[in-house]
Amino acid sequence: MTNFDSKCPTGPIEDRWTKHKFDLPLVNPANRRKFTVIVVGSGLAGSAAAASLGEMGYNVLNFCIQDSPRRAHSIAAQGGINAAKNYRNDGDSVHRLFYDTVKGGDFRARESNVYRLAEVSNNIIDQAAAQGVPFAREYGGLLDNRSFGGAQVSRTFYARGQTGQQLLLGAYSALMRQVSAGTVRMFPRREMVDLAVIDGQARGIVVRNLITGEYERYAADAVLLCTGGYGNVFYLSTNAKACNVTAAWRAHRRGAYFANPCFTQIHPTCIPVSGDYQSKLTLMSESLRNDGRVWVPKQAGDSRKPSEIPEQERDYYLERRYPSFGNLAPRDVASRAAKVECDAGQGVGPTGQAVFLDFRDAIARDGKPVIEAKYGNLFQMYEMITGTNPYEVPMMIYPAVHYTMGGLWVDYNLESSIPGLFVLGEANFSDHGANRLGASALMQGLADGYFVAPSTVTVQIAGRKREAVTTEHEVFAAIEHEARERNTKILGVRGSRSATDIHRELGKIMWEKVGMGRNATGLAEAAKEISALREVFWNDVHVSGDPNHLNPGLEHAARLADFLELGEFFALDALHRNESCGGHFREEYQTSEGEAQRNDEEFSYAAAWEFQGVGQKPTLHKEDLSFEYVKLATRSYK
Amino acid sequence: MSAQAHPESINVKLHLWRQAGPEDPGSFEKVELKDISTHMSFLEMIDVANEQILEGGGVAVCFDHDCREGICGMCSMVINGQVHGPEPGVTTCQLHMRSFADGDEIYVEPFRASGFPIVRDLVVDRSALDKIVMAGGYISVNTGSPQDANSMLVPKDKADLAMDAAACIGCGACVAACPNAAAMLFTGAKVSQLALLPQGQPERASRVLGMVDTMDSLGFGNCTNEYECMAACPKEIDVSNIARMNREYLRSSIGSAEGV
Repeated sequence: MTNFDSKCPTGPIEDRWTKHKFDLPLVNPANRRKFTVIVVGSGLAGSAAAASLGEMGYNVLNFCIQDSPRRAHSIAAQGGINAAKNYRNDGDSVHRLFYDTVKGGDFRARESNVYRLAEVSNNIIDQAAAQGVPFAREYGGLLDNRSFGGAQVSRTFYARGQTGQQLLLGAYSALMRQVSAGTVRMFPRREMVDLAVIDGQARGIVVRNLITGEYERYAADAVLLCTGGYGNVFYLSTNAKACNVTAAWRAHRRGAYFANPCFTQIHPTCIPVSGDYQSKLTLMSESLRNDGRVWVPKQAGDSRKPSEIPEQERDYYLERRYPSFGNLAPRDVASRAAKVECDAGQGVGPTGQAVFLDFRDAIARDGKPVIEAKYGNLFQMYEMITGTNPYEVPMMIYPAVHYTMGGLWVDYNLESSIPGLFVLGEANFSDHGANRLGASALMQGLADGYFVAPSTVTVQIAGRKREAVTTEHEVFAAIEHEARERNTKILGVRGSRSATDIHRELGKIMWEKVGMGRNATGLAEAAKEISALREVFWNDVHVSGDPNHLNPGLEHAARLADFLELGEFFALDALHRNESCGGHFREEYQTSEGEAQRNDEEFSYAAAWEFQGVGQKPTLHKEDLSFEYVKLATRSYK
Repeated sequence: MSAQAHPESINVKLHLWRQAGPEDPGSFEKVELKDISTHMSFLEMIDVANEQILEGGGVAVCFDHDCREGICGMCSMVINGQVHGPEPGVTTCQLHMRSFADGDEIYVEPFRASGFPIVRDLVVDRSALDKIVMAGGYISVNTGSPQDANSMLVPKDKADLAMDAAACIGCGACVAACPNAAAMLFTGAKVSQLALLPQGQPERASRVLGMVDTMDSLGFGNCTNEYECMAACPKEIDVSNIARMNREYLRSSIGSAEGV
């Protein structure tokens, strides 16, 4: 249980990144082509990093599981991306974005990293605009902004309700330009199944070619994981179906510490679950809370149509509880408030697990065309899924798992505890602490990919000695053999339960006992139940087909096997953290008003866990967090 | 689309296209499904079919899907002869079973086009679309420090038109719906987005020439004004983008040094 070096620079926080860049080793432009960098994943972090490193002249290999890098799940982000441009003249600054993000993360993120994120946020907007990303504009041709949760300034840039798509297509076009130039080689439909650690450094990966089932080996001087989050451990989440933890988990098993797995974001505005067949949940952008008002009937079980419930019989509970932020309270706060209402019987809809998000007043105030221009595609999407028209009937929403703040531990260079292995974007744990504010995931993915990793990767490339390795090295042979055996074993079970069925059961345990409200008894039970379910998987899963062709069932089962290890670990992390902070709400630790109660004395640290074997208690390493610039305070949005 | 007008659940007879590989002739497999909730999405119905196939000892059908909310462009089915099914402006994953009636026979096939070889069952290879983008579907700007974003003004109407075109999700429905298997709506949308913006001007000519020539060389057909692409497009991208591409191509061919 030792503290360890986060390699954060010291000195005034506003100079740290500049100073650090000066202190980093450099690689001569003419020498860069001699170095190979593997980038796994092609979302915002992966595409941006691969394209940027390619432009700099490195030899880049980029892998993704989809048929095209453009389909990575960053594409689904709707609302926007923050930047401290202060174009609205409403008092924004790099320092304010930094402050809001540290506070929004409930003081569980590293100040130096967050400051750097705020600092490069402006460069991201410039970069994306130069790439031709069609951001929303005002009539004068300038960029438009909107507001998002957890902030009192308007700093969110957006492209209708498709900001993630447009930013990803910008990064993808930069990537395609490099593929065309020959600096990046693209490997679609490849899944990383293990990491090659040679002489203590990350030196390559083994992937499964999903079309042929063949295993392929790639050696490199550095490996960047940009493989997203692990929200699908809950089975139902807003993540795409293929989002998985496998690459990160395999790296964890090889020695990379995994930090704060229990910090999970439950997003307040999703379309409620409609039945057991449900395969995923759909998010309705947080931007809707700019104009929509959240409410429930005051009388429990009120079965009148929402339009027949008079004003005085409605409880606009966010406006009531958090008057200064109102409907734009941060995500963790808004989600928990919805749960409180539904648990008390105020929930609406057939299941009682929903609250209203009502645009009646906004339509009356601004007119339908204005609302349509802002949110038309989101309203359309809602109607498509639910069959009801949100211009006439309030939307029904409920929280759903959306994002994971935890991830592989990284230092200030985004390097994991395995030298040469860097982790970017949602896959790392670094910038959001215990809760992520809206419109900051896109910001972090692109900051890491465009601006941070391309500079810091030199600590491995130029800063360390290493032998040349080829894929003939015995480590590659051994890990390929292991991966092959694992899949053979999964296919060999031929039991009675489908992977989907087992995954659904895992999700149910996670949601009920490791979800929005957690307590020591439930968490201990969850860990045991998941451990038992893992046995069920290895003895009774049924996967059809063969290993040597496209076999989505096998892909899913192999990812599920890793989720079944992660799930237990996740519950243990939640159990060890005897406090409530951000998205981690322990029912034992709350104020008399039902707000999260942190314990800074004992838990002001990042919990970085070292793998000790499946079902074995991992070793805890604490990285103490110090707050020099944002004073530790109880978060209040009242 | 009114939920009230439909029963809560229906029975359907599925005919799923099965094909082991590009050389296999392929055939339909019949699956009868009972009590399918009309609130289910089409892909959730396929999930149920796969569970049933597994229970019967069969091999699950392969199909592409990922985000299941109409934005990643991965899903790609032809349903009763219609690309992405009977509803306008949606992807397969956004289609719900309330669009079907009790007792319906539903034929599910892959996107069929010479530019999209079949991989397995309902999965096709759409990598040709990436190759078209590689031929110029970008603005050449390295990561670094471009000018402040607000130093470049973009009129709102132009920005809106560019966004309309940029909404393309690259699913390839336009190609699959076109009798000529043309990729002109896909290519036209990207050419339009960048030609409409000031950032796109320096490479305006080389871009359209490169992308159109690559599109032609990959075996995609030409436009004969059928408008099937627009009808099938889940994002309802307008065919005026094809007209704009043709105009850009002509302008670049005769109006610039690169085109001569």
